[in-house]
Amino acid sequence: MNAKTIKYIVKRILLAIFTVWVVITVTFFIMHAVPGGPFTSEKAVSPAVQKAMEAKYGLDKPLFVQYTTYLTDVLQFKFGPSLKQRGRMVIDIIADGMKTSIKLGLIAAFLALIIGVVLGAFAALRRNTVLDRVIMVITTAFVSMPSFIMGSLLLILFAIKTHVFPANGSTAAGLVLPVITLMLYPMSYITRLTRSSMLDVLGQDYIRTAKAKGVSGGRIIFGHALKNALIPVITYFGPMLAYIVTGSLVVEQIFAVQGIGRSYVSSITNRDYTMIMGTTIVLATLIVVMNLVSDILYKVVDPRITLE
Amino acid sequence: MEATQETEKTALSAADFEPAGQEEKAYMVKMRPQTTAFQDGMRRLRKNKVAMVSFIIIVLITIAALVIPIFWPYQYESMLGMTPGKPVDPSFQNLSPFSYSTTEQARIAAGEKVFPHIFGTDASGRDYFIRVVYGTRISLAVGFFASLIVLVIGLLVGSVSGYVGGKVDLMIMRIVDIIYSLPDMLMVILLATVLKTAIGDSLEGTVLARIGSNIISLFIVFALLYWVSMARLVRGQILSLREQEYVLAAKAAGARGGWVIRRHLIPNCVSVIVISTALQIPNAIFTESYLSFLGLGVNAPMPSLGSLASDALNGINSYPYRLVIPALVISLIVLSLNLFGDGLRDAFDPKLNG
Repeated sequence: MNAKTIKYIVKRILLAIFTVWVVITVTFFIMHAVPGGPFTSEKAVSPAVQKAMEAKYGLDKPLFVQYTTYLTDVLQFKFGPSLKQRGRMVIDIIADGMKTSIKLGLIAAFLALIIGVVLGAFAALRRNTVLDRVIMVITTAFVSMPSFIMGSLLLILFAIKTHVFPANGSTAAGLVLPVITLMLYPMSYITRLTRSSMLDVLGQDYIRTAKAKGVSGGRIIFGHALKNALIPVITYFGPMLAYIVTGSLVVEQIFAVQGIGRSYVSSITNRDYTMIMGTTIVLATLIVVMNLVSDILYKVVDPRITLE
Repeated sequence: MEATQETEKTALSAADFEPAGQEEKAYMVKMRPQTTAFQDGMRRLRKNKVAMVSFIIIVLITIAALVIPIFWPYQYESMLGMTPGKPVDPSFQNLSPFSYSTTEQARIAAGEKVFPHIFGTDASGRDYFIRVVYGTRISLAVGFFASLIVLVIGLLVGSVSGYVGGKVDLMIMRIVDIIYSLPDMLMVILLATVLKTAIGDSLEGTVLARIGSNIISLFIVFALLYWVSMARLVRGQILSLREQEYVLAAKAAGARGGWVIRRHLIPNCVSVIVISTALQIPNAIFTESYLSFLGLGVNAPMPSLGSLASDALNGINSYPYRLVIPALVISLIVLSLNLFGDGLRDAFDPKLNG
């Protein structure tokens, strides 16, 4: 790693920290823009109770004081109690949901990566054959299908019409359909990405050199071509996580998975503001960190790449 | 003919020292008539069967969404079988495709012609076909206008950043960097949730109330967040085009600023901008349907494809076709727009293969 790479990494980390700060700040001020403040409930409350509530949550203090206390709280993962689920802390609800969601997301990401790379490499090596065409048509269709539609169609086909898998995602077998739903889009994307970068690499001079030297076909594909073709796939790690996070919001809804996405969506419909704030910050930080990691990894793996 | 032969024989005549006429001048600047770029692209586009089929599908869907509601005998918000002062006729609710309610059957028996409910009716007795058509109209309109907003803001900020350069450019680009690294979907959900309550009341009684606070907040969200890639693109285009050799050549040949901008910068920029706007439309439709699915989309009773799909999820066991229909329409629209956008890109800008 040369000085330039290190400088890039430092700059990138600073940008990430700044982004997280922006997210936290934006969340705070947006929530304060809600008419009547986040603690107004539908039920009529007497002015005395309202005052006491505001005092309890520090809402009677000046905005800037509120902001600084909020900021220090967030840094310690203190998001306060949920407004709608009595007696539960936001962070506990998030941690609870994360257990399922992380499992779901990791399996989906892993499968998408493996299947996508294999399909993409196959399509590139068998370019312009029927196999290549079929792979490209299918992946194009999947990329154009919103996750909630994919999920609903899978639900109809495999749970309601044929009962192959349970419709409810609370059991292990029930996780099969949610995983497939989450996986198909990133898988298709990775397939297309791998195919085009593989085609690019196969046209390079060093592949011709290897062939001329008499290196075996398998060694060229795995040792030379695939290794280099996979580098662009690294850049997709960040967007893939972002997709899986937003996808899980609807997928967990469709299959009734008890994950963070489901509790986030129900907090939106319930107007559970502390939950919305907490979950947004946690998920946003996760995505920003993943983007950071994939950018740095990309730079370290291939020092030829010069990013601005 | 004779004249030229004569000039060849004799050395030079006085006519050769006449100042060049307009025609001759135009002949000199003939820079491969600028029709080539466009016509070339159109020719390539026409050859691309996938893109042309997608284009025809988009046009057909758009025309259908615009025209069908004009003459269709049912309205998207009217609940059939509900006449004020009379008991609700439940036989209108949840009709399966091409079936009729009891009153309608009586009318048919009496020899009257009743327009069929092609996709049946929903739980409130609303004709589902017209709801799908109307939902398509809403989704297309949202996609189109959201992309327009993105185009205008991105074009403005990007070109200012590119032209002015220096500190202004640096500052704008830092802001772009930050907005770009924000997790967009989460921010969209957050903004849509809050804007719905924040601007919902202030819209009462205005024209905008018909569109609904959710759609307005969707547009605001697009205006706030999605312009960044367009701004980046425009800025990059302007920066690189300014330094192109042909611009230098034109300048060296005495072309003025206006000429360079009109003849060189704009024609070369337009294709890239149009293409990325075209590719933005399916993105916006995607986002709208996603938000509608989460209950943050259009206000009831107005349908959008996303909200129709979301509503259908409740009765998925008995009426799966109600989900399949809007799902297919969304997928078809997004797929054709994507394929057509790709075709445009291949035809007009082979360099841009991102």
